[in-house]
Amino acid sequence: MTAPFPTRKQEEWRYADLDALKPVWEQFAEPLTLTIGAGDSFEDVWVPTGDDVQVKRMSIALGAGAKARLFVLNTASVYGRIELQVSLEADANFELFAANIGDGQSTNEIVTNVRHIGERGRSRQVVRSVLGGKAVGSYLGKVEVARGAQQTDGEQSVKAMLLNRGATANCKPELEIFADDVKCAHGASVGELDETQMFYAQSRGLDPASARALLLEGFVMGLWDNVADEAQREAICAAARGALRRVA
Amino acid sequence: MLDIRNLHATVADKPILKGISLSVPAGEVHAIMGPNGSGKSTLGYVLSGRPGYEVTEGSATFDGKDLLALEPHERAAAGLFLGFQYPVEIPGVSSLQFLRESLNSQRRSRGEPELSGGEFIKLAREQAALLGMDVDMLKRPVNVGFSGGEKKRAEMVQMGIMNPKFAILDETDSGLDIDALRAVGAGINRIMRAPDKGVLLITHYQRLLDYVTPDKVHVLNAGRIVRSGGPELAHELEREGYAEAAA
Ligand SMILES: Nc1ncnc2c1ncn2[C@@H]1O[C@H](COP(=O)(O)OP(=O)(O)OP(=O)(O)O)[C@@H](O)[C@H]1O
Ligand SMILES: [Mg+2]
Repeated sequence: MTAPFPTRKQEEWRYADLDALKPVWEQFAEPLTLTIGAGDSFEDVWVPTGDDVQVKRMSIALGAGAKARLFVLNTASVYGRIELQVSLEADANFELFAANIGDGQSTNEIVTNVRHIGERGRSRQVVRSVLGGKAVGSYLGKVEVARGAQQTDGEQSVKAMLLNRGATANCKPELEIFADDVKCAHGASVGELDETQMFYAQSRGLDPASARALLLEGFVMGLWDNVADEAQREAICAAARGALRRVA
Repeated sequence: MLDIRNLHATVADKPILKGISLSVPAGEVHAIMGPNGSGKSTLGYVLSGRPGYEVTEGSATFDGKDLLALEPHERAAAGLFLGFQYPVEIPGVSSLQFLRESLNSQRRSRGEPELSGGEFIKLAREQAALLGMDVDMLKRPVNVGFSGGEKKRAEMVQMGIMNPKFAILDETDSGLDIDALRAVGAGINRIMRAPDKGVLLITHYQRLLDYVTPDKVHVLNAGRIVRSGGPELAHELEREGYAEAAA
């Protein structure tokens, strides 16, 4: 039996494109599960497939001292959803570097639930969105710190760039903390391209579209600096560059 | 080469330039001096097409072309370069990528072949070295974390790479130490002193003009050129101040 189809009343599906999801729900109803054993490391790079609707739902359990690092580019032309449930035992480390890039009528969202169960866990989520047309880009990120998960260090850095009045960025970092000795930082901002930077680039010979693309590249590309595998880094950079040229 | 006639311009509906006429023939360097707020930077921005700087009257032609009809990037491709009074930082974009894309975009629109990665690095290394700058600085994001003086030196490296026909240099000397001033002065002469090139040198001080001798000096005050003269005018201004000299 598959899980029931979600409704917008559920917080984590609030901004979803359920019409686009409906026909493909069967294959995504059950999130993939991944267990990283104590002390092990996992790194992955998610590059878009090019399908109109792209959904990735994954639940990751990090054992004591385990590490997971994900680099994600979310840029579906209709609906893209990256959903992560992460639990961290003592000393585990989770890092997410993700971008939503959208234009037209697309909806791209990143929904995370990071649960610190053990002590001294560290999670870091960096999300950048670039949205043109009437695109919607969302980040819903919940960080839970369980009772006893002392010295947790959780960080969320979320920034969105809107290229068009019709575009929308939703950003909802959420903290639920049941321990007293924790550090949880979150910052969120929504902005537009800086006019002075635009003029500087144009005065050097870049036409407006190229100048925009270059500035946006600067905004997004830092996310992939630490991809260990060179070929994978190239792949995600190339895909992001392509998406930015489309949007800019 | 650059012909400005009766140029009026407003910023945020406020008249700033109030009828500037100025002609810089090929092969000449003209200095523009004038008190703070007199409109020097505004003139530079208007000539390079900054949005928000509106020309309300007059004309500017560059090699016979109507400069004011061109977009900023088309002016760059036509050979115009603005050295910024406050060079702009662009996080996340390396100077090398920024300059390579800019230069190749200019070359494309002029119908010239683009430079390959290797050719560009060679050029960048050469120009950085000539200005006494380590090419590694250009691997960093554009102007990010540069000191005031480093930014000005970097502007001159950019100018060397672009090799423009005409440069408007807005207080490139401000913020430079003595050695940097000498390097920048030599750079301006090397890059821009040629029979087919021209320079508009905006400055407050004689010291840069000791290295780059101007053919003419103009004094801008409240949006108008109130005096013009030879290199000796700059000395006079330095001695007597604007109030006396421009009276
Ligand atoms: N965006 C703006 N809105 C309103 N006024 C402006 C704006 N930009 C410039 N001005 C005004 O235009 C005038 C000329 O400024 P400009 O920067 O051209 O002076 P400047 O001669 O370069 O001065 P400095 O020597 O200090 O660099 C100033 O009075 C300034 O306040
Ligand atoms: Mg100025």
